[in-house]
Amino acid sequence: MAEKVTIIVFSGNLDKALAAFSLAIGAVAMEMKVTIFFTFWGLSVIRKDKKVSRTRGIMRKMLNLLNRGGARRLPLSRLNMGGLGSSMMKKLMEDSKMPSLEEMISMAQKMGVEFVACTTTMGMMGISREDLIPEVGRLAGVATYLGEASEGKINLFI
Amino acid sequence: MKADATLDCLGLYCPMPIAKTREKIKDLRIGEVLEIISDDEGIKEDMPAWCKNTGNEFLRIEEREGECRVYVKRLK
Repeated sequence: MAEKVTIIVFSGNLDKALAAFSLAIGAVAMEMKVTIFFTFWGLSVIRKDKKVSRTRGIMRKMLNLLNRGGARRLPLSRLNMGGLGSSMMKKLMEDSKMPSLEEMISMAQKMGVEFVACTTTMGMMGISREDLIPEVGRLAGVATYLGEASEGKINLFI
Repeated sequence: MKADATLDCLGLYCPMPIAKTREKIKDLRIGEVLEIISDDEGIKEDMPAWCKNTGNEFLRIEEREGECRVYVKRLK
């Protein structure tokens, strides 16, 4: 049976998301089965560029205004410099013929990586299914993660 | 070394060479040899590890002028 890998993407940073997707793609290349769980700020990675659903409540509206999400909008965890760092990193990646995060997301999904979004943080932040990119296959909670993680030897929190 | 197929991974970084190797090796018959050309230093450690995990045979690496030619035999 194929070895199992689970990755929790908690952070909404470009660099951390790149690390997560490199590992996921590499793991599939090693014939492993990969599930990525997106929670908290990590939901930004799998959000569409534009919010589709109506946001209820002033605090959620503010949160979604300040934290708009979408893979192309993620800041760097260090040296972001108001987005300049993130743009420079993308330019360096392009020059080095590295795939962009958006390309890696689509590649991972086509290779069979499963994307699971955490319903608790979605509810708290006012994010609906239609706000997430179509690559997301399932919405679930902690039990689903633990169930899958208990089958795997490699379980990462990024 | 003689190979049955060649995969050009020049300019590509991890994890692309192993991801492409996984795709490409499916085109070969069992027992055939795939040559992977890469200039990513990591390939020297990554390809043996990939072979070990996927049950294919790592044959050898030929290195010249910063370019690695890696030979892998498809076993399954």
